[in-house]
Amino acid sequence: MDITFYFPPLADYVATFPMLVLAVAALLCVVVDIFYNDAKGVAILAGASLLVTLLFEAARLSLPPAKALYGMVYVGGTASLVNMTILFSGFLTVLIAQPYLKRLGRNYGEVYALLLVAVVGMMALGSAANLLTLFAGLETMSVCLYILTALVREKDGAIESALKYFLLGAFSTGFLLYGIALIYGATGTMDLSDFADRLASTNAGVMFWGGTALLLVGFFFKVSAVPFHMWTPDVYQGAPTPISGFMATASKTSAFAAMVLVLGRALPSAQWQTTVAIVALLSMVIGNFVALAQSNVKRMLAYSSIAHAGYVLTGIASATPEGYAGALYYLLVYTVMNVGAFGVLAYLEHDNRQGDTQTVDSLAGTGQRYPLLGVVMAVCLFSLLGFPPLAGFFGKVYVFGPAVKSGLAWLAVAGVLTSAVSAAYYLRVLYVMWMKPSPDDAVAPQFEGVPPLAAVALAGCAAFLLLLTFTPWVMDAAVAFFRDVPAAIVSLP
Amino acid sequence: MLASFIPLFLQILMAAGLAYTLLIAAKKLGPKRPNAVKTMAYESGMDPVGTARDRYSVKFYLVAMIFIVFDVEVVFLYPWAVTFREFLTRSPQLGLFVLGVVGVFLAVLTLGLVYDIKKGGLEF
Repeated sequence: MDITFYFPPLADYVATFPMLVLAVAALLCVVVDIFYNDAKGVAILAGASLLVTLLFEAARLSLPPAKALYGMVYVGGTASLVNMTILFSGFLTVLIAQPYLKRLGRNYGEVYALLLVAVVGMMALGSAANLLTLFAGLETMSVCLYILTALVREKDGAIESALKYFLLGAFSTGFLLYGIALIYGATGTMDLSDFADRLASTNAGVMFWGGTALLLVGFFFKVSAVPFHMWTPDVYQGAPTPISGFMATASKTSAFAAMVLVLGRALPSAQWQTTVAIVALLSMVIGNFVALAQSNVKRMLAYSSIAHAGYVLTGIASATPEGYAGALYYLLVYTVMNVGAFGVLAYLEHDNRQGDTQTVDSLAGTGQRYPLLGVVMAVCLFSLLGFPPLAGFFGKVYVFGPAVKSGLAWLAVAGVLTSAVSAAYYLRVLYVMWMKPSPDDAVAPQFEGVPPLAAVALAGCAAFLLLLTFTPWVMDAAVAFFRDVPAAIVSLP
Repeated sequence: MLASFIPLFLQILMAAGLAYTLLIAAKKLGPKRPNAVKTMAYESGMDPVGTARDRYSVKFYLVAMIFIVFDVEVVFLYPWAVTFREFLTRSPQLGLFVLGVVGVFLAVLTLGLVYDIKKGGLEF
């Protein structure tokens, strides 16, 4: 082999700049933390590196998609969009989590190192061009999230949720890895772009489809789709609230993006379409109906995130480029509204009433006491509900529309009906927050206010969701961009 | 394709067969003269004292984790060291590059060790 093969060209380093920068920043966080224990600078370093990489990916958004590092990862175009969503979630999480963890006395430097490494893993997973990259990214992400879940280890249920997440996650990773092994055994390749040719030339037998099924199980677990959703409420409830928001958004975005790459590009849709459609239906129905019965708000949001996984899967099940683009658009909107909702919940824990055992009833009057949090929560929940002028509504249009076009009208109808059901539990939270009087209990709320940067992040979430609606040119640009994305996915090299 | 695995299956069968044969032979044929010391639970030559379900320090896990990290490092370094000569003979430039790659790996690991020492992971 040619010697130059071993030296990646400079362009590859530029293309994977965000991953490299964040990995180095994570190591720097550790170094700073070694010498200045839990220094404030660690959070600033993490936030700054996420912001820089976010801007870098934004600049590469219009580039044609390409592969880098010996065809192991996709860069530019769609991959940049996915990376931006992940980085945006990470950036908002740093802004929201820093004051929250400080208040809990858990503002360890390691948190940011783990967060950055998790983001690197997610980016590798979401832009994987090879099953090996996919697996390495998935593991990097998962291990960091297991640790972050148990951050407040003395708290009731934190260890339980972390251990549950670890055991089930490790088990599902085993499924995924076994699936990869079988697929490799059947086709002799790990490269996603080779599958189409190999499948055409060889007779894909039980081994290949068995491997695909196991791979799907691994994916369904990571995106918490029914029937692999059991861990979700327990884990989201036990983890520190901003971290729950991060897990619910960034890790799902990357797993869905990898799913689009594997299913959309590498495998013929005839075989998996029905499976994905049925899982989508189950997720929407079970997620929304079980959420109705929840009194703990974090658990309710966890079940709502299961339902939202169902909506995204509806877009993927349509098996058309428009459906994939809709799923990616939905993930961007979903990320913003969920980070916002979990962020508001995190700061409501600070009024010395309920801590993080908030039930819906304990939120009474919080809207009037803390108008900023109340308004942000209202915007996020209306958007999660898919209320017309907000971004969540357009997200649903973009995932249900393609499903109808590819003959899955029943699935879209089920999606719309279950969305109507979800109104009951989203609006109940808002009703209690704004219209129920605050209880006159002896413990006066000692609210220190939302720190400025976190307030900016939360207000930014709400503004983002409104922006897409009330500025037509942004909407037009978004539609135009997402019209181009499907073409880009199909024509990836 | 499955036919090419027949030697492997034979090997598994022979391994299991041999193990069972030896176990049964030892049980049937071997002389049995038990005494107190022989029937004691085997604990690497130490006298078994108390219950096995005892609480012991979490530091043991810490040491085990640190050990695993550096154990895996050695596992990585062996194949690297074997192929390094091959890279070096091709071109010194390439050898330098490969040395740099493993250097990054070792630097990250060393950072882990420094972190461990500074955070008091090795103080008992």
